[in-house]
Amino acid sequence: MKTCKDISYLLSDSMDRPLTWRERWAVRVHLLMCRHCSRFQQQIGFLSKVAGRYKPKD
Amino acid sequence: MDNNQLNNHRIILLRYALLQLHDEAVAEDAVQETLLAALQTGDSFRSESALRTWLIGILKHKIADHYRAAERHYSLGEPTSEDKDDPNAALEQLIFDGKGRWIGAPGAWNNPDHALEQDEFWGVFEWCQKNLSEPHARAFMLREMVGLETEEICLDMAISHSACRVYLHRARLGLRECLEQRWFTTKRTS
Repeated sequence: MKTCKDISYLLSDSMDRPLTWRERWAVRVHLLMCRHCSRFQQQIGFLSKVAGRYKPKD
Repeated sequence: MDNNQLNNHRIILLRYALLQLHDEAVAEDAVQETLLAALQTGDSFRSESALRTWLIGILKHKIADHYRAAERHYSLGEPTSEDKDDPNAALEQLIFDGKGRWIGAPGAWNNPDHALEQDEFWGVFEWCQKNLSEPHARAFMLREMVGLETEEICLDMAISHSACRVYLHRARLGLRECLEQRWFTTKRTS
């Protein structure tokens, strides 16, 4: 059984590489039961969006 | 190698240069010189990613030249120590307990997209980013702002693939936590 920490790693990985079907399955099952990790997933997606639009000031 | 092929990598190179040089005109110049140098060699590459790695290698030299000319202290691509020396290794212990459960569980963020339109939010984001340890911030920027693949980040920072994975994870944990505390807490609804 994967912990929230394990799942948070996989969610972070999913921003950088495609997950294997086994990993995707583990994430999907976990997210059904865990709203904290579901939020983490949405929020790191948001971080990516923010970073993509960020323009450093001179 | 032709112009089109090089142009595909231009944006990534430019973002990379901007990250180091903080000056658009200087960054443009460095990228231009890199592309010219690349055109002159006429080498061929087995893949686009091999080409990009090579281009970034040239660009690093151009950036280093710039700093040398400006007589400023500069170092790039220094080997970064691996996980055991990671100053932010403690971060995970603050966020997860020994059984891998959330301690500071992510809260609900009310309408995050709205934040993007507020100047104040960008200041907070910048602050949070500076608050990360340097290698974490760098890995995150190379990934999410420059748009490099993880393999390219490993090469650039001279770290292993597993260290890279850990850095990106910690950067995301740290940024998320910081934005929640500094921005979303006051606006949280549940």
